Amino acid sequence: MSKVLVVTSGKGGVGKTTTSASLGAALAKAGQNVVIIDFDVGLRNLDLVMGAERRVVFDLVNVVQGDAKLAQALIRDKRIETLSMLPASQTRDKDALTEEGVDRIISELRDKFDWIICDSPAGIEKGAMMAMRFADVAVVVTNPEISSVRDSDRIIGMLDSKTRQAENGAKLEKHLLLTRFDPARAARGEMLKVEDVLEILAIPLLGIVPESAEVLTASNLGCPVTLNNPESAPARAYIEAARRLLGEKIEITAPVERRGLMSRIFGRKAMA
Amino acid sequence: MSSESLKLPKILIRGRSFMALIVAPEAPLEPWLAALDEQMSRSAGFFADRPIVANLAAIHDANQNLGAVLDALASRDLRIVGLEGVDHALLSGTGWERLPKLAQGREMRAQAMADREVIVPGAAEPAESAVELEPAAAATADAKSARPASLLIDRAVRSGQSIVFEDGDIIVVGSVSSGAELIAGGSIHVYGSLRGRAIAGIRTGGTARIFCRKLMAELIAIDGIYDMAEHWGDNRHGCAVQVELDADRLKVSPLE
Repeated sequence: MSKVLVVTSGKGGVGKTTTSASLGAALAKAGQNVVIIDFDVGLRNLDLVMGAERRVVFDLVNVVQGDAKLAQALIRDKRIETLSMLPASQTRDKDALTEEGVDRIISELRDKFDWIICDSPAGIEKGAMMAMRFADVAVVVTNPEISSVRDSDRIIGMLDSKTRQAENGAKLEKHLLLTRFDPARAARGEMLKVEDVLEILAIPLLGIVPESAEVLTASNLGCPVTLNNPESAPARAYIEAARRLLGEKIEITAPVERRGLMSRIFGRKAMA
Repeated sequence: MSSESLKLPKILIRGRSFMALIVAPEAPLEPWLAALDEQMSRSAGFFADRPIVANLAAIHDANQNLGAVLDALASRDLRIVGLEGVDHALLSGTGWERLPKLAQGREMRAQAMADREVIVPGAAEPAESAVELEPAAAATADAKSARPASLLIDRAVRSGQSIVFEDGDIIVVGSVSSGAELIAGGSIHVYGSLRGRAIAGIRTGGTARIFCRKLMAELIAIDGIYDMAEHWGDNRHGCAVQVELDADRLKVSPLE
């Protein structure tokens, strides 16, 4: 039974593409057949984060408009053979997407893959609507700060009303992923606490990904952080989140700043 | 910040009921329109300037061009203000898409019970002495008994959602997010945190109240008188309160 998972947030820059790539790679490493679709037509980033920018020939819009077959547009990852991606167009805009076209592509992908991850663009316009329209599961990515929380709340309202599942009367399975969490700032009250975010958004927590320089490093190398440095704190958080998506029950712990003895003596900031 | 320093105009949103005439064309259309023409010529003044609701349920099958039907009614000087009995989507592209939606589905049956027969006057009667239509208040009293007096929402109201229920109270079992709004004809009860806007008393006026478990609202209003968070201050913020109208000012008092 294949699942369509949408990674969305409302607010921009919170970590949707990072999450799509990292979760996708973690699921693929766990043996699942995964495809990640970039729905950010005109501002594509997924191909950069996955390191596939030099292999893009055909894209989502080409397939929607019938200029290319799905198999021609899919790019298989060089590191994991069960992971593929479908890039967005950089030259067009979201108006080139049609609901029938996207429906057709997702139906075709359901036959081949266990997980179809839709990397949503920011906002609540057509691109974001298309990405969530056919979803079975949603991961709402939120930073622990108030504008991100309010935008996520808006997006949750839309997940409950504008998806096919919602229109058929079913309740869409939604998960919250807190990203760029800085435990020191949360303790000082500069960032919202986990409980505060959960009180406002009221959907189950999938995981907490700490703020880390590793994410930028991995992105610059064109490799999802779960593949580039699986021992790093964000990678471990994403791998656990992937396992929770697969049904495992793992307790969620808010990442605490861990300072080893040496770094306490020499006073340097801990390498997460 | 004192309330005197903010001289903003008051937003007064009121509701009112009017009697509209329901015109329901039937198939075959041509003979029906001929009959309508005959009736209208006999009672010329009766239909003039009255709001008309077109009920297209009886003719919406059989390849009927709904836009043409509405055009035919409009060309006879019928002032169409609303549509019922068919899916609004069927009107797209006809130029009639912007008609307000009225009763649908379950609501329609309740309203059909409350509809009253209107006797159209016969020939040669001047428009002024047309049928005595009972006051709008009585009509709404009939209609109201068929419909529930409160709207219950047992989930969170998310940012950007707007819940409008003119016929009575709104009860939310859950929180109302920042950026959401509740607009009620009567009172508003929130068994959770109220972070958005609550506008009460559109119909019942100054007797409406607003209740919530945690007051963190952006704006509260009863019968057009409104207050914002900076008015009630920190000592009521986050508390369980009831809000009532007290001689043109909103009074926020603790519930426990």
